[in-house]
Amino acid sequence: MSDYREREKSISIGTIEQEPVSGTRLEPGAGVDAGEERGEAELLTINLGPHHPATHGVLRLLCTLEGETVRTIDPIIGYVHTGIEKSCEDQEYWKAITFVERMDYLSYYFNAYAYCSAVETLLDEEVPPRAQYLRVIHMELNRIASHLFWLGTGALDIGAITMLWWALRERDLILDLFEMSSGQRFHTRYFQVGGVMEDIPPGFEGKVREFLSQMPSRVDQYEALLDRNEIWLQRTQNTGIVPLEQLLGLGVTGPLLRAAGKPWDLRKAMPYCSYEDFDFKIPVGTVGDNYDRYRVRMAEIRESVGIVQQALDGLPEGPYITGNRKVALPPRHELATSMEALIHHFKLVTEGFRVPPGEAYVAVESPRGELGCFIVADGSAKPARVHMRDPSFVNLQALKHMGEGSVIADFIACLAMLDPILGGIDR
Amino acid sequence: MDATGLELVAQRVRDAVADDAVVGTGYQRGQATLDVAPPRVHEVLRYLRDADEQPFGFLASLHGCDYLPSEPRLGVHYQLLSMERRDRLGVRTRVTVEEPHLPSVTDLFPTANFQEREAYDFFGVVFDGHPDPRRILMPEDYVGHPQRRDFPMGGEPVLFTFNEHKFPRWYE
Repeated sequence: MSDYREREKSISIGTIEQEPVSGTRLEPGAGVDAGEERGEAELLTINLGPHHPATHGVLRLLCTLEGETVRTIDPIIGYVHTGIEKSCEDQEYWKAITFVERMDYLSYYFNAYAYCSAVETLLDEEVPPRAQYLRVIHMELNRIASHLFWLGTGALDIGAITMLWWALRERDLILDLFEMSSGQRFHTRYFQVGGVMEDIPPGFEGKVREFLSQMPSRVDQYEALLDRNEIWLQRTQNTGIVPLEQLLGLGVTGPLLRAAGKPWDLRKAMPYCSYEDFDFKIPVGTVGDNYDRYRVRMAEIRESVGIVQQALDGLPEGPYITGNRKVALPPRHELATSMEALIHHFKLVTEGFRVPPGEAYVAVESPRGELGCFIVADGSAKPARVHMRDPSFVNLQALKHMGEGSVIADFIACLAMLDPILGGIDR
Repeated sequence: MDATGLELVAQRVRDAVADDAVVGTGYQRGQATLDVAPPRVHEVLRYLRDADEQPFGFLASLHGCDYLPSEPRLGVHYQLLSMERRDRLGVRTRVTVEEPHLPSVTDLFPTANFQEREAYDFFGVVFDGHPDPRRILMPEDYVGHPQRRDFPMGGEPVLFTFNEHKFPRWYE
């Protein structure tokens, strides 16, 4: 027992600082020489996943390892492909919202917005200002929730289990808010073509403000837990760096691109849904490593809090959905008194609305990057083609360049900071 | 980009690449689309990326779609983006089901790798010169291209080991 105490005493933060225990500060290519000198050039091919908690879903990575160093990475996807895009072709436009929400299951408001906005573009339908603000409020709350889930699971991959409980605690508060406004915690189907489903209930604004008032201090708590954590810093700092030009060639968008120093955010660059009304900053990184990716997302949570606050302050009065009865359902109370409303309701529910032929591509800034929705309309009440340009799907191509040549523990950190959602990748 | 700008781009592409490179233009709801002849896609995209006076350096997305019943049926869309000018341009090309061949643009835009594989998987558009021309989301031994409009919706038996002998070659 005394021997154990002696050994425990000999491990101190001081010794760790002098000499990193992991291979984090390994220069690219340094491992090759070291391995060859020791005569350890034997390669091992392993499957990481498909069923592995660190793969954030059903992602299979065919890796070649040389000792602890990852030499090649080959993502194999499609394990949760459910044919959502094909299913959308068999649904009326307003019914397909339910399907598209289930693609990227952590950012359902963004999926619904991209889809509804593409349909509105084809219909040339105006969305009332109040509906736009309500959409912004929900999308930004969803961005916070998505980043919190990323933070919890990402830190868990590196061993910081407390972060999971803390982040999911706050995420649950957001889900409670969603439940209050729409009746559902996930996949709320709150956004409709032409507006939103319902106005926010009394008391919602107060609850949101209460949440917003405590969120910044909670972010401080997360940072207090992680920013001086030696393991976290060694796993994230100077790992997974990809040059900016390569990221652009790979089509990477979102926090990954911003961490590399490119201030590209569609909310600022090509404002949609009244984002031009709000004052917010685009956080960018300087090094482009995993630590910058973490910092950028943490800063985005703070910016989102500010946007929701401004949207609540400036929430305009007026209708929450378009008055065009050919597109939006009439209010429930009119059905008892107005024959016309009853007919519109019947027509919409039974056969939906027709969309003039055309094609539209609408892109929004989701928590993971550019989420684009491409719709081909053939003049009928059902879309001829719905395609989602999912940021996780495109960003996954960067994983090879982030992880190859690093030690396997850093590679897991790269995967966590990439934040792939397999529901969005496979659709 | 407005309708006039689209015509100017089309004319520049015709001058620089070939007269038959641009088949037509489409402008709808503020979205500009350039219709390009299938064999010229690679040259046109290279011109738009590097040589044009208003270059588009970023391929945001690539979609396949099926225009059944009109011919040629299969369409491939390239959504180009210029981050400097904050502008988008769609490039559209259409190939027949019998000859679904297009030049791959993965050498210009590495991002097209997964997306071209996706278009091949779901529509059967073959991208010549693709470094890894395999299916991506459907199983490797899958037969057919499920997003084509004439591919039936549903009705596909779920195969387990206990019932696979009941559906020999069910896909035919």
